Amino acid sequence: MKFPHFTRKTLCIPYAVFLLFFVIIPMLVILFYAFTDRNMNISLSNFVRFFSDPTKLSTIVYSIVIALITTVICLLIAYPVAYILARSKMKKKFVILMLFVLPMWINFVLRVNAIRELFNLLASLEGMEWLSASNYFKTVFGMVYDFLPFMILPLYTTMLKIDHSLYEASADLGANGVTTFTRVTLPLSMPGIMSGVTMVFLPSMTNYVVSDMLGNAKVTIIGKFIYEYFGTDWHMGSMVALVLLIVVFLSTWLSGGFSSEENVRGANL
Amino acid sequence: MSKIAKNCLQVAFVGLVLLFLYLPILLLAVYSFDATDMIGRFEGFSLTHYAALFSDQKVLGMIGNTFLLAFLAAALSTVLGTAGALGMFYCKKRMKAAIHAVSQIPVINAEIVTALALAITFVAAGLGKSYFTLLIGHMVICTPFVVLSVLPKLKQMDNSLYEAALDLGASPAKALWKVVLPQIIPGVISGFMLAVTLSLDDYIVTVYTRPTGFETISTYVFNATMKGNAHTAVTLSSFWALTTIIFVVIVLFVVISNLASMRKKEASK
Repeated sequence: MKFPHFTRKTLCIPYAVFLLFFVIIPMLVILFYAFTDRNMNISLSNFVRFFSDPTKLSTIVYSIVIALITTVICLLIAYPVAYILARSKMKKKFVILMLFVLPMWINFVLRVNAIRELFNLLASLEGMEWLSASNYFKTVFGMVYDFLPFMILPLYTTMLKIDHSLYEASADLGANGVTTFTRVTLPLSMPGIMSGVTMVFLPSMTNYVVSDMLGNAKVTIIGKFIYEYFGTDWHMGSMVALVLLIVVFLSTWLSGGFSSEENVRGANL
Repeated sequence: MSKIAKNCLQVAFVGLVLLFLYLPILLLAVYSFDATDMIGRFEGFSLTHYAALFSDQKVLGMIGNTFLLAFLAAALSTVLGTAGALGMFYCKKRMKAAIHAVSQIPVINAEIVTALALAITFVAAGLGKSYFTLLIGHMVICTPFVVLSVLPKLKQMDNSLYEAALDLGASPAKALWKVVLPQIIPGVISGFMLAVTLSLDDYIVTVYTRPTGFETISTYVFNATMKGNAHTAVTLSSFWALTTIIFVVIVLFVVISNLASMRKKEASK
């Protein structure tokens, strides 16, 4: 094989071109559509229309509340699990971690369907009907079920990196269990919390598969708006997408960038 | 608290969370062997749902579609992403940072924003929606993850080996192929696996970029549960069979690959 002027850098050209055409240009297209009206004139009408509609705004608040509740529950379940696993001296703890990741490899929609069937069963059992009465409860339950591994993994990887001698040092210096936790474990696991939170919060605000299948299409989240606008009004759809995009980048920037190591969905296990 | 009590509590907590993750799947697995279409009543062992699954041409077609698409998208993403990661790694600092930043956009962005942006761009550019656009859509979500799993391996690599190969008369292309690639191959493989799972799991990007009439497991199951036609009762229970088969295949895959790597380790001892 002979390449004219082949250097190693040449290899990144196809990827750079790919990113230009299918990541950068689509983002610019969204930006363009968000600030134009149906006649392609520059206007702020989409922006004004969206933010002056009270039903839209209340749905956004709902959507954020659902995502927040989901994220907090995931964190409350995942943190102890990651902590126990990371500090365990068990030889085969890798197997347990694998057990947490494994359901993630079943198709997402099939998993939501499994939860749906679980609630159907509960609805048919006497004395258990109340559990499947609320569409919001079912939606949050489904989201926690689906996104929990995304919270466990980054937490586990960051906690595994914490040097065990730090715990001993903390105990030697007279700190009790609670102080060690708040002054050593918690601050050092912050990067894991951050990437876990972003990986759960964002899908629970936008992935309408769960809310549609479990909430009987009664629970509307931001992602559903975009879907509905896609059929009718690209300009409004782009505006909503742009707002989401800004929220994503602000939160990423505020949480101090993204740690790519924690974000490979368990690929480095 | 005594140490034993604490250990018991920890085991119980982890066990409960695992139960939460596996209960819905196991429920489907048990009832997939039942003759009725009702979960909650077991009337005798039967393979009806499996027979229904394997005799429905439409269902078989969409399963084939899903796996073919995942394999194609993952293979192309792996080539593009590995070359991209290699090229980026040797680029100047600023160029590298720029490509890396753009490459992170599909990773942190809400999937629906990526999907909408791509769909509008394809339609506005006159490309319409075809298998090509669907493939590109899947590559946009998969390739950055391939890059993310290859880059760390490049950082760990011993760079002097490449230079030694050049000194010994290898062309740069040959040195990359024979010396660099073998060192990063674990990252390439895990990137490929990750790309396959991401593509198999995807619902949102598929819906926005697919040609009309094209169904994957995700879109098919979603539509069948949401719309509910006369056909549905049969189809829904054949999904239990499908979930069970996928689950068993994944468990077997994990067990076999772990056993293989354990044997390899023992052999190297």
